[in-house]
Amino acid sequence: MYESQVTIEGERHSRVALSDEALALVRRLWTIHGPLMFHQSGGCCDGSSPMCFPVGDFHTSAHDVLLGAWDIASDADVSMPVEFWMSSEQFAYWSHTHLTVDVVAGRGSGFSVEAPEGVRFLIRSRLMDAAEPFA
Amino acid sequence: MTIYAAPGTPDSLITFKSRYEHWIGGEWVAPAKGMYFEDITPVTGKPFAEVARGAAEDIEAALDAAHKAAPAWGKASTTERARVLNAIADVIDDNREMLAVAETWDNGKAIREPLNADLPLAADHFRYFASAIRSQDGDFQEMDGTMTAYQYHEPLGVVGQIIPWNFPILMAVWKLAPALAAGNAVVLKPAEQTPVSILVLMELIGDILPPGVVNVVNGFGVEAGKPLASSNRIRKIAFTGETTTGRLILQYASANIIPATLELGGKSPNVFFSDVADHHDSFYDKAQEGFTLFAFNQGEVCTSPSRALIEKPIYDSFLGDAIERTRKAVQGNPLDTDTQVGAQASNDQLEKILSYIDIGTQEGAKLLLGGERADLGGDLSDGYYVQPTIFEGHNRMRLFQEEIFGPVVAVTSFDGYDDAISIANDTLYGLGAGVWSRNGNVAYRAGRDIQAGRVWVNNYHAYPAGAAFGGYKSSGIGRENNKLALSHYQQTKNLLVSYSEEPLGFF
Repeated sequence: MYESQVTIEGERHSRVALSDEALALVRRLWTIHGPLMFHQSGGCCDGSSPMCFPVGDFHTSAHDVLLGAWDIASDADVSMPVEFWMSSEQFAYWSHTHLTVDVVAGRGSGFSVEAPEGVRFLIRSRLMDAAEPFA
Repeated sequence: MTIYAAPGTPDSLITFKSRYEHWIGGEWVAPAKGMYFEDITPVTGKPFAEVARGAAEDIEAALDAAHKAAPAWGKASTTERARVLNAIADVIDDNREMLAVAETWDNGKAIREPLNADLPLAADHFRYFASAIRSQDGDFQEMDGTMTAYQYHEPLGVVGQIIPWNFPILMAVWKLAPALAAGNAVVLKPAEQTPVSILVLMELIGDILPPGVVNVVNGFGVEAGKPLASSNRIRKIAFTGETTTGRLILQYASANIIPATLELGGKSPNVFFSDVADHHDSFYDKAQEGFTLFAFNQGEVCTSPSRALIEKPIYDSFLGDAIERTRKAVQGNPLDTDTQVGAQASNDQLEKILSYIDIGTQEGAKLLLGGERADLGGDLSDGYYVQPTIFEGHNRMRLFQEEIFGPVVAVTSFDGYDDAISIANDTLYGLGAGVWSRNGNVAYRAGRDIQAGRVWVNNYHAYPAGAAFGGYKSSGIGRENNKLALSHYQQTKNLLVSYSEEPLGFF
């Protein structure tokens, strides 16, 4: 489990983590697609799931929240930053939960880059201690 | 009761090909990169056919074919286009049972649904738009005695359409029928979870259409959907799916300055006012069924009534009856016409639903029914089955705010009309809603006050061609199912004509 850096001002606890399998998959996908980022999707078919895009493909806006970021490089000499974003209106309903990006066998995923590998990123959630993340 | 033979067994109504290619320019075309992927049936969790894995080269080939076909199709008379659409409808009707087996095997849905809903609706949809285009008038305005402005509807040309997996054939038809009626050529990408049933349909109707008018490129979103949606050779993109991809498609469309229509998610409230329980009669029974429709199509419907709001005076009794009714829902072999709840469409969908059941429990929602994966035994053991699940909680829980796309309903109570509307509208989405009351005035006002594009009043989950369908808020842009959809596939040409010989006199 790899916890993200804290990216929300005033907070002290990580909000999002990569499972070991997700970390390995993101590293592998980076070698195919280059730098990557996540945006958490809302509802419908393939939705309510994290979408993984090449950096620069999906444009975040002032109405998105950066929930966390990782450096997924296994070599200390290089940097491989990956950010995790969500729309602020969705964050208003999700903010009390900690998210872990995991991987399951799967078929499809909008335009997320992992689908051809026969896998799908999936969010697992747990309640945060309500006082802590906002302290 | 009928149990249709499973594909691959001797009595099956369909024998799938071992491999399906792209349909481009009126021919089956192998993928440029020579790669294929497996289509898995959710009924057993086993692969049953290979499907061409499309890439940008295949999209370009399909766009070439579409651009070649578009001018003649766009100039074909509305009489001729309507004839083609009606002929397609007849073929769907004539092959209803075979297509239903294909759809159930591809998607996992209980076969009574494609037999009685998806396919009859698909046929009717083509007929509706055949009729709509025949009866569509242009208009004119007489500016003065010698000048008239004429408005003509013209096709856009070549359009892209990306189809979801929950109603693979019907959702394709919702987009194809207005596009074709309006005179466009189409490049369509089915969902990678459920590509085959559309290809089976193309085997039947391919010859009815002029080559290149409809082209189907299969493959994954990132490999085939993205080059289609971001192409500068389409004049419009239509997408049904989730919000992040919807935003991405709008970003691509903005780069090319083309319109996009989007049908995105929902978290539809189903509101039961206390007077539904004034009598335990047929209407009460109908309202109870309206609650249970959350399990229709395994909950894999953008408008699934996944939030049930019940007025306090009847909360315990109505919910108690609804739990008992849902408990009787028959889950089983999707090819059995007695089955009411089939399989979820994919393994990742199954996993996502289970992850939501987990967070719901953590958040303190009370599990009232179901809550687990269902093991149906035998060949079905590895299929993707989830028990119809009822949770009780409050509207700020994630169960109440996120589209689970499974047979899971989140139930809460409300205290009077204003509370009902407040809870119903406390959501990012606005696709569907249900209102149940014996008081026509209450039902009318609630229907108008709920911020959703489709409010079913004293019914739910009907999708007749003619009734406009589309989202408010984050649920999307545009309307389908109604002649309004023609406008999403047409340009307006204005001819401003002077019938005077007199010079303007300015120069």
